[in-house]
Amino acid sequence: MNLDSLLPNLGEWLRGTGPESDVVVSTRIRLARNLAGIPFTTRANNAQKAEIEQRVREAVTKSDISPRLEYLSVMGLMPLDRLFLVERQLISRELANALEGPRGVAFDSRESVSVMVNEEDHLRIQVMRSGMSLEETWEQINGVDDSLEARLPYAFHDRFGYLTACPTNVGTGMRASVMLHLPALGITKQIEKVFKALQKINLVVRGLYGEGSRASGDLYQISNQVTLGKSESRLLSEIREVIAMILQYERHARSVLLKERRQAEHDRVARAIGTLGSATMITAEETMELLSAVRLGIHLRLLDDLPPTTLNQLFIHTQSAHLQKLAGKHLDGEDRNAERAKYLRNRLRDLGASPT
Amino acid sequence: MKCQRCSKLATLHITEVLPNDQYEEFHLCEDCAKKYLYPSGTGKKTSSASLASEIGEDPGGKQCQQCAIKFVEFRNSGRLGCSHDYDHFSTELVPLLESIHGDTRHNGKKPQRGSTRPPEQTELVQLRRKLQQAVTDEAYESAAQLRDRIRQLEES
Repeated sequence: MNLDSLLPNLGEWLRGTGPESDVVVSTRIRLARNLAGIPFTTRANNAQKAEIEQRVREAVTKSDISPRLEYLSVMGLMPLDRLFLVERQLISRELANALEGPRGVAFDSRESVSVMVNEEDHLRIQVMRSGMSLEETWEQINGVDDSLEARLPYAFHDRFGYLTACPTNVGTGMRASVMLHLPALGITKQIEKVFKALQKINLVVRGLYGEGSRASGDLYQISNQVTLGKSESRLLSEIREVIAMILQYERHARSVLLKERRQAEHDRVARAIGTLGSATMITAEETMELLSAVRLGIHLRLLDDLPPTTLNQLFIHTQSAHLQKLAGKHLDGEDRNAERAKYLRNRLRDLGASPT
Repeated sequence: MKCQRCSKLATLHITEVLPNDQYEEFHLCEDCAKKYLYPSGTGKKTSSASLASEIGEDPGGKQCQQCAIKFVEFRNSGRLGCSHDYDHFSTELVPLLESIHGDTRHNGKKPQRGSTRPPEQTELVQLRRKLQQAVTDEAYESAAQLRDRIRQLEES
C-alpha cells in the first residue's frame, strides 16, 4: 500500500459531518482482545508475536468484515510513515515507536475500521465515525469483533470477561471516546465545571492524541474509565447522557458569546484568519489554537467562506508528518514551521477566506 | 493507564488548576503522586491506601508458572503476562479491580464460542479422546488407567 495515496483524503473522523457536528468532531470505540493460550504482548517473544500477527492477518483477510481491511506491517515502515498513521489516528504512538517486534495494523480505505496487532493487547480493534454516533459505532465494532472471534479464540474468563494485559481494560475491554470541540466553554471559563463533573462520574478527559496528550485547540476526548461490571450498552448510555449535557452547555455558552460579545468574537476570528494567512513561521500548537477560533467562527456564522471539511483538511495537513509528505522532503524545527506557514498562506489565498 | 513519570499503573488522577484558567492533568502511580504532592520528600502517606497495603501480605515473589511473571513485576509495570495471571494472582487482583472499576464481575458481551476452557477441562477433553481411542484399539489396560484419571479429575 502506498500511504501517500491517503494524503488527499480526510479520514472518517475528520469528515466533518454526522450528528451534532457543530460540537462533536468524532466518535471512537476500541475493544482490547487477546488470543487464548499465548502470553500477552509484553511477555511474548518474537516468534509468538509473529504467530499472532500471522493468525490475525489471516482472520482479517478471510473474514467477511466489510469494508475490506488491508494489513500493513509497522516494522516495514519508515518513521515518517509511522507518524503519518499516528496523525490519522490509525495507530497509537506506542505501536509506532515504543513497541518492538512483529506488529502492524489493518484498516479500510475509508479509515473507519482499524485493527492494531501486538499493541499492549494482541488486538486493539477500533471503529471511528464522524459526529456523535455511539450506537452505530458500537454496532459496527461489535460486528467486526464477532467476525474475528469466529476465527480467533479470545482469552475470556467467566468472571473477569475479556482478559487484557492491563487490569484497567479487563471486562468489556471497551473504551468509547467522543471528541468534542469546546471553545466557548473555554472562553467563558466554564470548562473546569465540566471537568469536575466528569471526574465524579468516572469519565476521563484527554487531549487529541489520547492518553497523556495535552488538550490543544479546545479539543477534548471524553471516555469511560470503567470497563468491568457494567455492560457495553450501559457504559455507552452513561457517556451519551453526559455528552448531551456538555453539548447543551457549549451551545448555550456560544449563544451567550454571540449575544454579549459578538464584536469581540468577530475580531478574534478575523485575527485568527489574518495570522494563519500571513504568518511566515508557525508552530503546530499555534495553528491548532487559531484553527479552533476559525472553527468556532464558522459555527457562529462570523465567517462563511470556509466549509468545516476544508478546515479539517488544514488541520490534518499542518501536522508534522503530513506537512513533510506534502512538501516531499524531511523538515526540521524552524524549516517545518516555515513550511507550515507557507502551506497555510497558499491554501487560505486559494480559498479566499475572509471574515464576513 | 500508565503513570506519566514511570511505567507503573496510574492510580491517582490529579487536575491542577493553574492561573489564567490553565489546567494541567497528571496521571500518576501511588509513588510518583506522593512525590508530586509532597515534593519536600517528607514521605507522608497519601489519603488513599497504597497498593501494597491494599493487598496485605507482600505477595511480590509469587510467580505464574505459565508466563513466569512475578507479582512484583506486575506491580512495577502495571502489565500482566498472560491470561492465566488473572487466576493465579486473583487474591491480589480482586481488591485492585474493585478499586479501579468498583466491581469485580464482568457483565457484558460474551464470545459466542464461550469462555476459554480452564486447563483441567482441556485435559479432560484430551483424556476422553484418548480413552475412546484406547477402547477402539482394544487397549483395555490403558483405557482403565485413563478412566480412573478422568474420574479423579471429574471429582476434584
